[in-house]
Amino acid sequence: MIEAVGLTKRYGDKTAVYNLSFQVRPGAVTGFLGPNGSGKSTTMRMILGLDNPTAGHVTIGGHPYRKLPNAARQVGALLDAKAVHGGRAARNHLLSLAQLSGIPARRVDEVLGVVGLQDVARRRSKGFSLGMGQRLGIAAALLGDPQVLLFDEPVNGLDPEGIHWVRNLMKALAAEGRTVFVSSHLMSEMALTADHLIVIGRGQLLADMSVTEFISANSADFARVRTPDSEPQLREKLTSALTEAGGHVLPEQDGALRVTGLPLPRISDIAHGADVRLWELSPHQASLEEAYMRMTQGAVDYRSTADQKAGLQQPLPPGAQPPMPVPGQGQPGWYAPPPPQQGGQPFAAPQGAPGQAPAGPYGAPAAPGTVPGGQPANPYAAQQAPQHLPQAPAAAPQTPQPPAAAAPPATAPAPASAPVTDPTKPEDAR
Amino acid sequence: MSTPQPPTQQAAPDWQAAPGSPYPTYTSPIPVVRTTLVHALASEWTKIRSVRSTMWTLGVFVLLVLGIGLLTGAVVASSDSDLAGESALSLGFFGLLLGSICVITLGVLTTASEYGTGMIRTTMTACPSRGRVLAAKGIVFFLVAFVVTLVSATVVGLFHVSLLEGNGAGDPTGTEWLKGTVGVSLYIALLGLLSLAVGSIIRHSAGAITLMIGLLLAPLVIALFMFSESLKDVQQALFEYSIPNQMSIFYANSLSDSGPSGWDPLWIVLGVTAVAFAAAYALLEKRDV
Repeated sequence: MIEAVGLTKRYGDKTAVYNLSFQVRPGAVTGFLGPNGSGKSTTMRMILGLDNPTAGHVTIGGHPYRKLPNAARQVGALLDAKAVHGGRAARNHLLSLAQLSGIPARRVDEVLGVVGLQDVARRRSKGFSLGMGQRLGIAAALLGDPQVLLFDEPVNGLDPEGIHWVRNLMKALAAEGRTVFVSSHLMSEMALTADHLIVIGRGQLLADMSVTEFISANSADFARVRTPDSEPQLREKLTSALTEAGGHVLPEQDGALRVTGLPLPRISDIAHGADVRLWELSPHQASLEEAYMRMTQGAVDYRSTADQKAGLQQPLPPGAQPPMPVPGQGQPGWYAPPPPQQGGQPFAAPQGAPGQAPAGPYGAPAAPGTVPGGQPANPYAAQQAPQHLPQAPAAAPQTPQPPAAAAPPATAPAPASAPVTDPTKPEDAR
Repeated sequence: MSTPQPPTQQAAPDWQAAPGSPYPTYTSPIPVVRTTLVHALASEWTKIRSVRSTMWTLGVFVLLVLGIGLLTGAVVASSDSDLAGESALSLGFFGLLLGSICVITLGVLTTASEYGTGMIRTTMTACPSRGRVLAAKGIVFFLVAFVVTLVSATVVGLFHVSLLEGNGAGDPTGTEWLKGTVGVSLYIALLGLLSLAVGSIIRHSAGAITLMIGLLLAPLVIALFMFSESLKDVQQALFEYSIPNQMSIFYANSLSDSGPSGWDPLWIVLGVTAVAFAAAYALLEKRDV
């Protein structure tokens, strides 16, 4: 059991970790998630007594790490695969660690076998690939057969077989009743491995909950409804009917509607009542990755931007169209559905486009070709096509406000669910 | 399925609902022993013998001490020079002076290379008693450096004495033997230990090695260029307390008659090393790894 209380670490005037409190329980794999530079490694170093917290404290089994008798037999850690002397053979590296904790030397050969490095045991670790180094680090963590295990990004550099192995290893270790604490910046990886999640951003706790809870709390289930393409008026009709019934309707890029706030049978009933035929009515759940992205959007320190090549490009020949940007590139917030509350943009939208927040979630602006030509009444199709024609996303601010009264961004708040899915508030503040 | 009711926050996970229940625990079948300095010594011995830099620095050290010793011995023996009763052991000085650079390098590398590679985090995770690790490193390194220096110095000394009997060299007394082998070996090993502490303080191999070689050679070089009369005293002190002069005192041929004599150099380096070690220990306990 790892217990952190008010953990804070400052380096100069930069706060790496701020007031972090959490518990990591035995018998489960606990994922520790956060974007690059969010303080995951700093927190792990503080758990292991390598860094002294500026404030707060962290204990393992009730003791601070440096007060644990024979710490290596109680806690095993993989912090950094490169934290070895490259000139030393793998076996000697592990042997020196084993001797330090009074572990019999044959245990060294055992863990070398466990991680599959027995054939290179006598080779210097300088020549190891990233994956082999990672395996050596895992071997060092397993050496003391400890009750508590910490892994910092264990799957980095591993091949698919290795990733699969690490996943199963974590689960097996937890099933034996050990405490397993794994950091990662890959939500998809954690979805497959972890039972419980601790998410931090900019050094602060964003979420501390089980994986299933995390998904349901952060990614609202939604229904996708498709009306006949040939009759756009049905779409509008359904939209207003669903909105009246308290649903939250968002148009999707391909002409479908994304409905939240109404159960599937109710949507069907409403459609029936409005005399609208449906081509599709399907349940969906936003992925874990999507939920995580939305949660950490405001807390990402290093964000890529679109490569504008401003002033370096040849002027386009008349009539030519600029290439469409790749979805997601340089468009913060493209991946996540907007939080269903009104008022302000909860996450960074550096381009400051008024039309961006509603249009953003669906990623790339609709390519002109995909807009069905036979839908002049579709307010979204009519709008999006010109909006994105001129140039790269930077040109978006000129977008006019949606004229149609039924336009979802203006009229479709669902305040009821707002407090729950507000990604900007830390979990404990909700 | 798609009942998009906002999930209620009071729905706590199961394990939170029952905090009183005993958590599963895991007990390793491998017996847990109480670790001591002995374990750390074994670990550091494995570390120091399993890297090539140890073999290289000590190999070059032995080569320098024996090579230069044999060379000077052969040159003096083939010449007509008369040592006029002086001990033949003093010829070993030149080899040991150059060789001490290797010992300094190895001393720095023993600690600083762990910082360079990041190994220190692995070590300090395996053994959070940082002082114990530093002590083990110091003891292992000191013993290795002392034994290697002692053997090299003794071999060269025996060779010189047997070779230069015909050149009027006096038969070294017991004290002269002791100072010329054990004394100077202790001095060089302590110099290496000082480097080890400096490496732990500076945590950067190249920086610490540069500093220590500067400490070895700079005072003598600086003193050579102090022509001004007003700096006479400073120049004298720099000469007398420079490391090469301190080493030559073990062979009773100091540059001056004042200044340290007898076993004084050993006490000087012992004091300086103790201070450096205390500083290294204090910083190690306080700083983030």
